[in-house]
Amino acid sequence: MSFQALPEVTDDTAAFWEGGVDGELQIHRCHRCAIWFHPPAPVCPECLSREVGPATTSGRAVVQAFTVNFQPWAPDMQVPFVLAVVSVDDAPGVQLTTRLIDVDPVSVSVGLPVEVSFLHVEDVYLPLFRPVSAASGNGAVSEEGTS
Amino acid sequence: MSRYLGQRIGERDAVISGIGRSTVGRKLGRTGLSLTVDAALQAIEDAGLTRDDIDGLSTYPGITTASPGMSPNGVNDVQDALRLRLNWFSGGSETPAQLGAVMNAVAAVSAGLANHVLVFRTVTESSAQTATRRASVVGSGGDRVSGIMQWMVPFHAVSAANWVGMYAQRYMHEFGLTRRQLGEIPLNQRRHAALYDEAIFRDPLTMDDYLNARMISYPLGLYDCDIPCDGSCAVIVSRADATPGLRKVVRIDAIGSALTGRNSWDQRSDLTETAAHDCAKMLWSRTDLTVDDVDTAQLYDGFSFLTITWLEALGFFPKGEAGPWLDDGAARIGLGGEVPLNTNGGQLSGGRLHGYGYLYEACAQLRGEAVGRQVEGAEVAVVGAGGGPLGGCLLLTQDR
Repeated sequence: MSFQALPEVTDDTAAFWEGGVDGELQIHRCHRCAIWFHPPAPVCPECLSREVGPATTSGRAVVQAFTVNFQPWAPDMQVPFVLAVVSVDDAPGVQLTTRLIDVDPVSVSVGLPVEVSFLHVEDVYLPLFRPVSAASGNGAVSEEGTS
Repeated sequence: MSRYLGQRIGERDAVISGIGRSTVGRKLGRTGLSLTVDAALQAIEDAGLTRDDIDGLSTYPGITTASPGMSPNGVNDVQDALRLRLNWFSGGSETPAQLGAVMNAVAAVSAGLANHVLVFRTVTESSAQTATRRASVVGSGGDRVSGIMQWMVPFHAVSAANWVGMYAQRYMHEFGLTRRQLGEIPLNQRRHAALYDEAIFRDPLTMDDYLNARMISYPLGLYDCDIPCDGSCAVIVSRADATPGLRKVVRIDAIGSALTGRNSWDQRSDLTETAAHDCAKMLWSRTDLTVDDVDTAQLYDGFSFLTITWLEALGFFPKGEAGPWLDDGAARIGLGGEVPLNTNGGQLSGGRLHGYGYLYEACAQLRGEAVGRQVEGAEVAVVGAGGGPLGGCLLLTQDR
């Protein structure tokens, strides 16, 4: 068994953590002023409207910063792995910390296009990201998204 | 920051009247409370006060049990051990980073709620480490993760080395900072540690040692990360007008406690800026002093890159120019240089006293007591602690 911490799921965060069941990356959006925001909250940080809720994104993103972790912080943690902050393409202003998969650490750079790939553990679907492949370069969410 | 330009700079109502520091080291085999009592009694005596004068108590982050060694003691056990008779107290982590406990004490003194506040910070992270357990790793306990940590830890971004590593990588990408230039920070601290017999790692460190050390979280290598230790620091924050006869007083010229950006490691639109930038703007808006007046800087180096963030935020060099500025190494940040930095070895070579080692050292420098490493004529010191969304800074001056 390998290290895997899981988030506490609340009414506010359920769509984000469970959206992967449908292969969808769900990000909160204001129904009144249409801005996207993250982490999810019951109020729009811009116009303070309470009419907010999760909306489906393309699941595509761009690497904004990354690190290659070599240190096993827990005895059952497999290393190395690549962590990144990615900006979600169609949710301006929203960035996610995530782990990149199916990637050679040496090939990661700021600006790398990636797409969501969910890791299903218990009731949670963790939005990991992998480089956009030629096959899925049409903007669709990968069908292998759920695992 | 015009909203901070009020008529009253309340931090000048308070002074730091005494400082104390326990033995600091690796696996000392002593309880946190024992170390805390050493530092606290030393600070009270140093101020020329007695236990009965202390009517306030403040600490960061309060007692924690989830993260072994991070904070073994809080308000409760310290008040009880010393039987303090308190008018005011505070312990918690939701403050402007580590130095928030000092700011709380200053606010209490300025508001007239207390006259002499004992402020302490204790760590036993070295003793908490075992062969199979790192100290202070979130998410290793098995419970579900909530709050700000839930957005990082489930992805295996469990360590501040990861979060800071990403900021460092982006800065390198953006501005061309090299690992060699970053390495000037740990090399500087090690040179200073050699001058201070209380520092933990004092053997010479070369650039080759630095560059060849194992990688922790690229671009941060082993020597970019500070050293877990056991130890305690304490200061007394007193009413400025309640200190006649107190021996060595350090004045608080300005506080930077702002958080105007996102309270998050990953939502800032500019991933090369942090709370340090918010705090520095506020600090300089509350004083006539400028960055050119600073004689010594004691700035957070839990990771080497965080020191660069603080230096840049405070204006020691223009945005993005850390690399070329650090090329000069010792001439910039060494003793006798432009701005002697972390003259006690910082946390990188002195041990992770989690912000309070810098405060202690800044006071020692302003009091002319930094034996073997004294910055000649030091009258103004800046202290900054924290990283990412955590930040807080103080501008301290010699009593005049």
